[in-house]
Amino acid sequence: MSETRSSARRPMSPFMIGPYYKPRLTSMLSITHRGTGVLLAMGAFALAWWLYAVAAGPSEYDNFLACANSLLGRLVLAGLIFSLFYHLLNGIRHLLWDIGWGFELPRAYATGWTVVALALIGTLAAWYCAFMPGGGP
Amino acid sequence: MTLRNPLAVARGLGSAKEGTGHFIAQRLTAVALVPLSIWFIWSALGHFGAGYADARSFVAQPLNASLMAAFVMMLFYHAQLGLQVVLEDYVHGWLELTAQVLVKLACFFAALVSLLAIVRISLGG
Repeated sequence: MSETRSSARRPMSPFMIGPYYKPRLTSMLSITHRGTGVLLAMGAFALAWWLYAVAAGPSEYDNFLACANSLLGRLVLAGLIFSLFYHLLNGIRHLLWDIGWGFELPRAYATGWTVVALALIGTLAAWYCAFMPGGGP
Repeated sequence: MTLRNPLAVARGLGSAKEGTGHFIAQRLTAVALVPLSIWFIWSALGHFGAGYADARSFVAQPLNASLMAAFVMMLFYHAQLGLQVVLEDYVHGWLELTAQVLVKLACFFAALVSLLAIVRISLGG
């Protein structure tokens, strides 16, 4: 089956961008949705570790905090916060498409830019709360 | 009557006759994760860098414990469904099979660890 597929040599999603399609906002948002999804899946394991550390006790929790407060840990958390905002907002965009709303090209672009703007605003606000002393809602 | 090109059917390019269940589960978990993620961002995120006592009392609060349990279950289910599709697209052969099995088991186990941790914190054990 895979031999037939490759011998037919038909271009298939998600390998269309580049050789067949010029990069566009819509396709870039699509691949970013997938990328942030993979990052968030890894972030889910970090959340599991956090819950485990809280249950296990103060010494395991200190291990978590030491890791989370390191430079790498902070960068990862910052990236995860952006990914969460982006994937949540663009996910809502996808759910609206699933009920048949917003497929027209101008609307797809408008909702796309809205997702980018809101994700950046939300990310900056959350970064401010998370990393500035005294920040927080 | 089928509208599919007979040659395509003969070459085995038709549907695998499954996938609707995956599609529905992905959307259903996504719908659940919209309000749960907003809750998570708004009220849980601030407790990550907090001290041990603060984090524990946050999770121990009954409503937070329930929402966190729901969030974790939906999250790992949704993550597994998403990672499955990504692996199907980019990894092939034995490597894919191995990765698919590992991802499914890892998501299941991490969800289990999270839920047991929440129960333990809730019951004050």
